[in-house]
Amino acid sequence: MPKWFMPAAATCGLMFAASPFLIANAPYESTMGLVQKIFYYHMPSAGMFLIAAVVCGVASVRYLFGGDPRQDRLAWAAAELTVLFGALALVTGPLWARKAWGVWWQWDVRLTSSLMGWMVAVAYLLLRRYGGPGSDKLAAGLALFGMANVPFIYISVNYWRTIHPTTTVVPTLPVSMGVPFWFCFAAFLLLFVLLLRLRVRLEEQRARVDALYLSLDQ
Amino acid sequence: MSPSTSLRAGLDFDAVSAEDVSRVFGRRRALSKISFRARRGAILGLLGPNGAGKSTMIAVLATLLRPSGGRIRYGAYEAAASGPALRAAIGLLGHDLFLYPELTARENLVFFAGMHAVADPDSAAADALRQAGLESRADDPVSSFSRGMRQRVALERALIHEPRLVLLDEPFTGLDDASAAALLGRLQALRASGAIVVLATHDLDLAEGLLDHAVFLRDGRMVEAVDHPERVRSMYREIMNRRAGLYGPPGAA
Amino acid sequence: MFARIVWLVLRKDLTVEVRSLEIAYTTVFFAVSCVLVFAFALVREGQAPEDGAAGILWISIAFAGTLALGRAFERERQSETLRALLLAPAPRPAIYVGKLLGILALLVAAEAVLLPLVALLFQEDVFAHPVWLAAVLLTGTVGFAAVGTLFAAMLVRARSRDVLLPVLLYPITVPVIIAGVRATAVLLQPEVEMALVRFWLALLVAFDVVFVTLALWTFEPLMTD
Repeated sequence: MPKWFMPAAATCGLMFAASPFLIANAPYESTMGLVQKIFYYHMPSAGMFLIAAVVCGVASVRYLFGGDPRQDRLAWAAAELTVLFGALALVTGPLWARKAWGVWWQWDVRLTSSLMGWMVAVAYLLLRRYGGPGSDKLAAGLALFGMANVPFIYISVNYWRTIHPTTTVVPTLPVSMGVPFWFCFAAFLLLFVLLLRLRVRLEEQRARVDALYLSLDQ
Repeated sequence: MSPSTSLRAGLDFDAVSAEDVSRVFGRRRALSKISFRARRGAILGLLGPNGAGKSTMIAVLATLLRPSGGRIRYGAYEAAASGPALRAAIGLLGHDLFLYPELTARENLVFFAGMHAVADPDSAAADALRQAGLESRADDPVSSFSRGMRQRVALERALIHEPRLVLLDEPFTGLDDASAAALLGRLQALRASGAIVVLATHDLDLAEGLLDHAVFLRDGRMVEAVDHPERVRSMYREIMNRRAGLYGPPGAA
Repeated sequence: MFARIVWLVLRKDLTVEVRSLEIAYTTVFFAVSCVLVFAFALVREGQAPEDGAAGILWISIAFAGTLALGRAFERERQSETLRALLLAPAPRPAIYVGKLLGILALLVAAEAVLLPLVALLFQEDVFAHPVWLAAVLLTGTVGFAAVGTLFAAMLVRARSRDVLLPVLLYPITVPVIIAGVRATAVLLQPEVEMALVRFWLALLVAFDVVFVTLALWTFEPLMTD
């Protein structure tokens, strides 16, 4: 474990412990009221979801064409974080939507596209879990296809929706980009980096155990 | 030695050598530092019980699996750099037959001749059918054939492009005496024609007297390599008993 | 060389299929069953919901297509003929294109049965704009089959391949389904907004181009080792 890990983990813990106080003291948003405060967690989750997906996609392509197992471990770790932060974003989103739009689920373009991207990440994990030997390469292929698919999903969901305009008026969101928001964003980013490092390290250890088994077997 | 590099004819080489070839699947070491050299006009036998790594070795030689360590040299070439041109020089008779049961024997042979860019697929298929002694059944679907007949078609399919390197994985399985004798004859003819033949088998009765080199495998390790083995059967029993419970190839600590 | 291998693989697949007709019969029957199941679920008092016919048509194509893909590659797995194909000194993307065209032929045949059936059951005038509808169906099927052929081929050596194929395929082909259903629904309306049809068709063509290119590019590394 690198030297910076434990201090960083402690900092991250403190930041998350402090965040409720900052959020509570943030200015009260006039039109949406209390429920707006969920954004301080929702937006960073969604941001980490995107970053994790991009890391997974890039690492997968590099693994597919370079064959470096380190890229494969990174892609796997990032895929798991995509599912984790995606789930957070997909749960906190509807919590807010229930209050703001009056429905749990809105076929909003960002929400729907996120759900589809999240499904691809889950499919990636299912493939790795149940695909048997050799599924690392196949999962990398899936991640590449999933990445190429993002614009198509976005455009198609967007147009599919506008043709069926929904009755609820989507309010324009006055997002106050204040100190608490960036504080939370930094906390989530730190958490993301820590989890990614931890998860990659776990796979590294596993690879080392495998190598040790093999050398014993020599 | 001036190997032809044209894609159609494939690469040419006089010997195939495995140099410290290893292959792992997760934590399982399917092959561990296997080294041998197979030459033109000779039959090399990979001998060992089930699970010894014979099929994995054949798949690595066929370029279908990449070795995790070590390398295979096909004369002056290596698999990674040579791709299709190298594959054109390899014929593989796998444990599965690589035949479409719905197609007739002739259609199978013509199809694979075409895939291997054989100049005249039809006449190559006709020759192969004559070789297999199946001219009268040529236009029957392979699914109606007996195991021995299928095996004969499969062998001719593997040889349709006159490969330099012929790889056979358990070719005697399920053959009756007549088919086995025919296969033995075919293998001897291949040796005479200058092919490099690598044969994986646990059927020692049939391997007796056929092999020019024998490589004994056990648990993915090379236990013994012998040139011109006289009595394979007793040698096999002796070697396998000697090695039972003892791990590691001779000389390795 | 490339075209010759494509043709050989395609002709082989069609010969096998014509001889047994297994995939054709089962796929068409399954697709028809899908149409009926969805009709029972959605039709009320003899009336399908708005755009229901287009949706049912595409769902049936996607479900039946998955079945056909799985079966077509199970055939190559049975006596390991896929390994024999990969061992041939042929450009491997040509093998992919050959398999893709075979799947396309099957799916187009299934659509030729489905379309009149949907027209009959839902009183839809599917032949009002035959060229446009054919273009939408073809581009959509190409997109679905391009991704599906690659995934089915790479899953041949994976465990649980039967369940993993739809699990991987559906999230990726969502744009095809959306575009196909929307364009078909527009074409089935009495007043056709051609601008919308053109938009969806353009999206489908772009999807086809991107994913066929990607599949050709990744087939070799995905199929080795």
